[in-house]
Amino acid sequence: MSETPVIYCRCAYANALPVEVKDGVLQNLCEASTPVQAVSDLCEMSARNDPRLAQIAEQAKKGPVKIAACYPRAVRWLFHAAGSPLPEENVEIVNLREQSVEDATRALTSS
Amino acid sequence: MVSNEAHPLEVILYEGRHSHPLSAELRFSVMSGLLDRGYAVTRVMASPENSTAPTHHRLLVIADFGGESPRIEDAAGEIDLAARDISGLGGEEILELVENHRGDEGLEMNQPGQWKPWFPVIDYDRCTNCMQCLSFCLFDVYGVDDENKIQVQNNDNCKTNCPACSRVCPEVAIMFPKYAGGPINGDVVSDSDLEREKMKVDISSLLGGDIYSSLRRRSDDAKSRFSKERSPDKALSERKKCLIKLAGDGMIPADVLENLPSPQEIAERAEMAAAKAKSALAANQ
Repeated sequence: MSETPVIYCRCAYANALPVEVKDGVLQNLCEASTPVQAVSDLCEMSARNDPRLAQIAEQAKKGPVKIAACYPRAVRWLFHAAGSPLPEENVEIVNLREQSVEDATRALTSS
Repeated sequence: MVSNEAHPLEVILYEGRHSHPLSAELRFSVMSGLLDRGYAVTRVMASPENSTAPTHHRLLVIADFGGESPRIEDAAGEIDLAARDISGLGGEEILELVENHRGDEGLEMNQPGQWKPWFPVIDYDRCTNCMQCLSFCLFDVYGVDDENKIQVQNNDNCKTNCPACSRVCPEVAIMFPKYAGGPINGDVVSDSDLEREKMKVDISSLLGGDIYSSLRRRSDDAKSRFSKERSPDKALSERKKCLIKLAGDGMIPADVLENLPSPQEIAERAEMAAAKAKSALAANQ
């Protein structure tokens, strides 16, 4: 089981993520021993320039981070829009809009 | 009222030393419930001194402490910490406990349902700084920075569910992450997307900057479909027809059409946007 921190986005403000996927992945994360930082909505945070985005970006500079959210291109530029660009290295973005629960969980919890 | 301030409270679901772990079912119930109410939740399993929890100025630590909430404080005095024991509580009761704590502290925060985070996100790997989006948008969403680089400056002005500016972008560089379809939602841009977007630019240019400009200099624009318009009102009427067609195609929400500015405002805004774009382009040459 991976000790890499997982940032999980719930997309709670617009429900762009399939409910069965975001619920299934969160359920699996809750059953695993993976450290999870869950946020309500990365878009909402980006709109407010939430300082936690900067903390996540800083965290990624120090070590690997996995982000469970939506399309990687959107996620990367959402961070950039908030003035907290993610580093090129160390960040794996798992796309909950496209991937199955099983594939996403495997990507998030594997070493 | 939507706040642009940072969230005032973060919840730590603590399952480390001196606490009992929750069942996976209850953990999911609590985490999903809090997230759906707009909270950020970090699950901490290590001892606090070894945790990777993000620092936040106000944290509520919830845990099954076995019946009594411990007194906790930040040794550095930088974080306002509170702890609540959740032993024996069900999911709904825990959510209520958190909501009550926030209420007692008088902390307002954004919550899902109040607002949809809808605004353009620029992919600068694709953007060529052509300023078409700035020229097109009637609502002053775009501007330029000190180096005349295009940027989104007024998120709140963006019209919810309207992705029209992304259709104008010849490089498919504008995303709306909450949009249903790709590549506007951030999906990978394909060659066919680029071809399709070029066609849309032609349509959009008729509806956007060229039309606004035509209000001012129609007679100079013989090729414009509106070149024969004799009055700004008639040109705007035609423009609206085209916009309604686009709305019918699902490209522009109907409520955006219903809330278009007055003809005079459109002319003024278009002139201002065009001037900003022109100035930025000139500065970049």
